Amino acid sequence: MDKLVAQYSRPQHQNEFYSEQEQQDLTESVPPLSLKFALPPVDNHASFLRAMTDDLANPSCPIKLAHGTTTLAFRFQGGIIVCTDSRATAGNWIASQTVKKVIPVSRLSRGEDKPTNEPTPGLLGTMAGGAADCQYWLRYLSQQCTLHEIRHKRRITVAAASKILANLTYAYKGYGLSMGTMLAGVTPQEGPALYYIDSDGTRLPGNLFCVGSGQTFAYGVLDANYKYEMSEEEALALGRRAILAAMHRDAYSGGFINLYHVKEEGWVHHGFDDMNPIFWKTKLDNGEFSNVTSAL
Amino acid sequence: MRGPTIIKAEDDKTRSLNKHTLMAFSGEAGDTIQFADYIQANVQLYTMRNDTELSTPAVGNFIRGELARSLRSRSPYTVNLLLGGVDPATEKPHLYWIDYLASLAPVPYAAHGYAQYYCLSLLDKHHNPNISLEEGMKLLEMCTDELKRRLPIDYKGVLVKVVTKDGVKEVDFDNDRIARAA
Repeated sequence: MDKLVAQYSRPQHQNEFYSEQEQQDLTESVPPLSLKFALPPVDNHASFLRAMTDDLANPSCPIKLAHGTTTLAFRFQGGIIVCTDSRATAGNWIASQTVKKVIPVSRLSRGEDKPTNEPTPGLLGTMAGGAADCQYWLRYLSQQCTLHEIRHKRRITVAAASKILANLTYAYKGYGLSMGTMLAGVTPQEGPALYYIDSDGTRLPGNLFCVGSGQTFAYGVLDANYKYEMSEEEALALGRRAILAAMHRDAYSGGFINLYHVKEEGWVHHGFDDMNPIFWKTKLDNGEFSNVTSAL
Repeated sequence: MRGPTIIKAEDDKTRSLNKHTLMAFSGEAGDTIQFADYIQANVQLYTMRNDTELSTPAVGNFIRGELARSLRSRSPYTVNLLLGGVDPATEKPHLYWIDYLASLAPVPYAAHGYAQYYCLSLLDKHHNPNISLEEGMKLLEMCTDELKRRLPIDYKGVLVKVVTKDGVKEVDFDNDRIARAA
């Protein structure tokens, strides 16, 4: 009888949230950083990796990593523009012209990148540096963001997500990770937020970043024409034009222009378009790229 | 520059080869001025001997030839050049991009060194052959602003010279402008 009474005399909402024990289990269940990777049986892993993969110092190195990129992201009045090229190179070899360098980092939206007008909630990450490192660790970040969402019943902030990645790259500093990534998202807590994270362990918030071998070319166009008060059309055009500049001048960038817009409701994909017709249209319509000529 | 010290901030790294041709140079200290003076003297000597002004393309090809010869010697000149000139008869402007490996390329706009990485994309976008001098100076300002913003080196300003059909003249340029990154 007492048992019965006790059962019904508890406060009505007591079981609707986590118990103290459950909360403790949750906070202590974050996986440890060491994911137990097999390491080569040598004294210094970093220098061993460099010896095997450094294409510049040793062109006959046995492993050629997929490298070389231009990616950019900038904040403006209407959200965040994220734009990339699509070329992957291994040494002087073009390994692929159709790489998706924008990676959705969210449980709901992973793997969907069809052009659509419906915004997809979640963060976007960009990929520069080692293709494998970026794909692997952004997928890992995606896992952690999903777990965060389940545990805390709200979406992770960009600040927190970028900190997870930065803590990770910092923990592996010196082990030869190679990644330069930007995280973009709009959350109710932060508004539009953009972070740069790289394999040195750097983590920087900012308005405007370009990453990769073509970064200087993209910065040239972007810096000169950037205004925070741009309209959505202007911002999309500027992002596309800045990437085009880099794809034109940088041998390690090219292929397709991948363009995204992140706004409050989520991100919208604005196409994965071949640079070639865009280049010729830009040249012939606007009289730009006047150095490209058949005249002797 | 010598080690970590700037020896002179307002050094003129250009030479006038004749009334309507100007050459700008960069590269190995010592080589640059030696080579530039050598070219300048020889162009002037040619004019005295033959009583004819060399055209800008002629000077360009002469420089290229001298660099190619030097490149195959025991101590080649490490000098990169930009050669600009206006043909006084046709009033047609010429610009040549020349590097220490003796490439000679006629181009509508050019830069050497790290400046290429920041400025060429800007020039790709904003240059067209019909711009006025004022628009040209605005474009130059965009380039120097970008270098101030992003180049880790503080290069202490630029010296601007303009070659027109009337000859070479130095123009004022505001080197104290502050360019802020977004």
